[in-house]
Amino acid sequence: MGIRIEKNEQENFRKLDEIIERYKNQEGMLIRILQKSQEVFGYLPVKVQAYISEQLNIPISTVNGVVTFYSLFNEEPQGKYVIGVCMGTACYVKGAPEILDAVKDELQIEEEETTMDRLFTLKSTRCIGACGLAPVMTINDEVYGRLTPADIPPILYQYIKTHKKAQVTNENE
Amino acid sequence: MNLQPLRTKEDLQQLRDKTYETISLRIKDTNVEKEINKYHILICAGTGCTSSQSHKVRKKFEEETRKRKLTDKVKFFKTGCFGFCKLGPIIVVHPDKTFYTKVKLENVDEIIDQHIEKGQVVEKLLYKSLKTNELQKTMNDVDFFHGQNRIALRNCGVINPEDINEYIAMDGYQALAEILTKKIAPKDIIETIKKSGLRGRGGGGFPTGKKWEIAASYEGDKKFVLCNADEGDPGAFMDRSILEGDPHSVIEAMIIAGYCINAHQGYIYVRAEYPIAVERLEIAIDQAKKAGLLGNNILDSAFNFDLDIRLGAGAFVCGEETALIKSVMGFRGEPNPRPPYPAEAGLWEQPTLNNNVETFANIPIILRKGPEWYSSIGTDDSKGTKVFALAGQITNTGLIEVPMGTTLRTIIYEIGGGISDGNELKAIQTGGPSGGCIPADLIDTEIDFKSLTDIGSMMGSGGMIVMDQSDCMIDICRFYLDFAQDESCGKCTPCRVGTKRLLEILKNISNGNGEMEDLETLEKLCHDIKDASLCGLGQTAPNPILSTLKYFRDEYIAHIKEKRCPAGVCNGLLQVVISDEKCVACGICARVCPVNAITGENKKPPFHIHQDVCIKCGACIPKCPVDAIYKR
Repeated sequence: MGIRIEKNEQENFRKLDEIIERYKNQEGMLIRILQKSQEVFGYLPVKVQAYISEQLNIPISTVNGVVTFYSLFNEEPQGKYVIGVCMGTACYVKGAPEILDAVKDELQIEEEETTMDRLFTLKSTRCIGACGLAPVMTINDEVYGRLTPADIPPILYQYIKTHKKAQVTNENE
Repeated sequence: MNLQPLRTKEDLQQLRDKTYETISLRIKDTNVEKEINKYHILICAGTGCTSSQSHKVRKKFEEETRKRKLTDKVKFFKTGCFGFCKLGPIIVVHPDKTFYTKVKLENVDEIIDQHIEKGQVVEKLLYKSLKTNELQKTMNDVDFFHGQNRIALRNCGVINPEDINEYIAMDGYQALAEILTKKIAPKDIIETIKKSGLRGRGGGGFPTGKKWEIAASYEGDKKFVLCNADEGDPGAFMDRSILEGDPHSVIEAMIIAGYCINAHQGYIYVRAEYPIAVERLEIAIDQAKKAGLLGNNILDSAFNFDLDIRLGAGAFVCGEETALIKSVMGFRGEPNPRPPYPAEAGLWEQPTLNNNVETFANIPIILRKGPEWYSSIGTDDSKGTKVFALAGQITNTGLIEVPMGTTLRTIIYEIGGGISDGNELKAIQTGGPSGGCIPADLIDTEIDFKSLTDIGSMMGSGGMIVMDQSDCMIDICRFYLDFAQDESCGKCTPCRVGTKRLLEILKNISNGNGEMEDLETLEKLCHDIKDASLCGLGQTAPNPILSTLKYFRDEYIAHIKEKRCPAGVCNGLLQVVISDEKCVACGICARVCPVNAITGENKKPPFHIHQDVCIKCGACIPKCPVDAIYKR
């Protein structure tokens, strides 16, 4: 996540070619190709969509139609950590709106926005099926359950700390 | 894992007997605890328990046993969901079936010291009955499992889902082997399923045998079997648990379905939001291929069947079968009018059989135990069992499987342990965004497909959200309509525009701007949307409103006429007030108020909030040292 298209662009397009090559002869693989491309680029900018449309010989309107239809696809760059506050019914009645507010408050961003430092993106997600632990929130693949608004700042702080440590190590090298 | 391709039914039987021996200590009833010198520890690896760090607990167990050189004595296995997610991580120690709840990293040493080395149960980790305060040692003792009958979930919490041998040990793939070896005619298998009375578990409740028969009757160049694992209903997670805990039962059933309708390719359409389920499915498909149970020439019978996974990309409407088919083909998941039904023209216009995960999971055991066994469970209208996801304001949240015809009272008070914090039950929401709210006085309803429809709700995929007095029914409707209008694909107008209008009216009511005529408009619009929408999403989206208008009309009236939210949820109607008795007149609230709405004289209680100035920000509430300020 969080890979900027300007960097590694050539390398990423080479990977995209491999993906297209692998799937283009099978029927109905557009969604799979888009999923894999998003793993490479972190999001699906128009440039990538246009490239896929050209290579597969599918109208770009169809490609963009698919991208905008499914909530999994992003046309904007995402933060390094994507926070998903579950808005399923079980979480909702157990106080998910307060959890969402706590994250908004802590990071000073709204839903679907990314922090200035590109560290966090905030989303409200559909039920992730961990209703027994409601309310829950995910940060990338990690699931946090039985939350109260007071749990939010320390959890986010852990990520900020990890990120800063990684930065320091990078600079020292 | 070293897997040899199986060629005959006898090969399968041999493998079964061999593996059964190794896992028998989990299944046999042994109470002779002194003679135990080997242990199997099963650690739940479902999403619920994984979120409660069960994978770290497992790792620590493995490290500790290695350190103490106990690896011969104790073996650890991942297993599927026990259903009691609230008390995760859950581990079960076999052969004495000890059921430990909330096992944390620091408990690992205790369990090894006491249970494994000395044979003593660690009592503080046992479940304590809420009714009798007694400690309940085994899974069968625990109140939560009383009244349950685990058929679709039969292997969840018993076997390791990442090991095909363990599924085979529990008589897995026997039904398939029987069919392929004896070359049983498809119509006989379909007859058996029809006789069992199994109905589709995805929501619609269409008779499964009938669906197979129709799909078998159409000719096509290439037919398909499709498994709908796009579990979009918020608050339902049974399909996820089955895929995570027993993926082979779905695979076996899909191969049998392929044999019955003469299809050689299947797809499982699963949500990308379920990474653990996807991973287990991939492992299972790979192992089934290596074991010669999937792919070309299955068990040397010349029957071929292949299976692929397709990942959903986050669209609720894709649970609708025609939309799902579009999505599998890689397009926008927009539904088509039916007929033609997918059984006639589905994937790439070919006959396609589409069933839900839970439906498939029931098939192998029905074929093994016979239709009479299955149809003896349940009610006249609905046979067998149904898995429900219990969530919301209930003590024991989790996954349960009960016979059809069980009353809501049994589910909520016996299995669910009652309403959390001893509150009073207000309503039960079933069927997700397509269902309705059932009021507390209908709690003795015996639930099946028909009874739920009769009282204005529906079975849906089996989500069951329990609500108490702190939940506002208008707010819940607003929540569901917000969901429905957001997920509406936009293809047909009644759904695209109608759900938006419904949501606007509900928002008006919850903000205190509602009029009594709104109720009539709501009702009329609901019926229009139901009648005119293209697919199930639109046809059922008004159900939450219709059912609450029927059973909780007084709550709408309170919002409209009295401008009051009885549950204290709708922000627009709330007042922030200071309790005259509690106030100590310290003046802190007046100082934090951003709009100077609070006045009073120091040391002369009470202080007062001027409602015409107050912006209901709530800043004063946490600052009050004596908790005298509240919303009402």
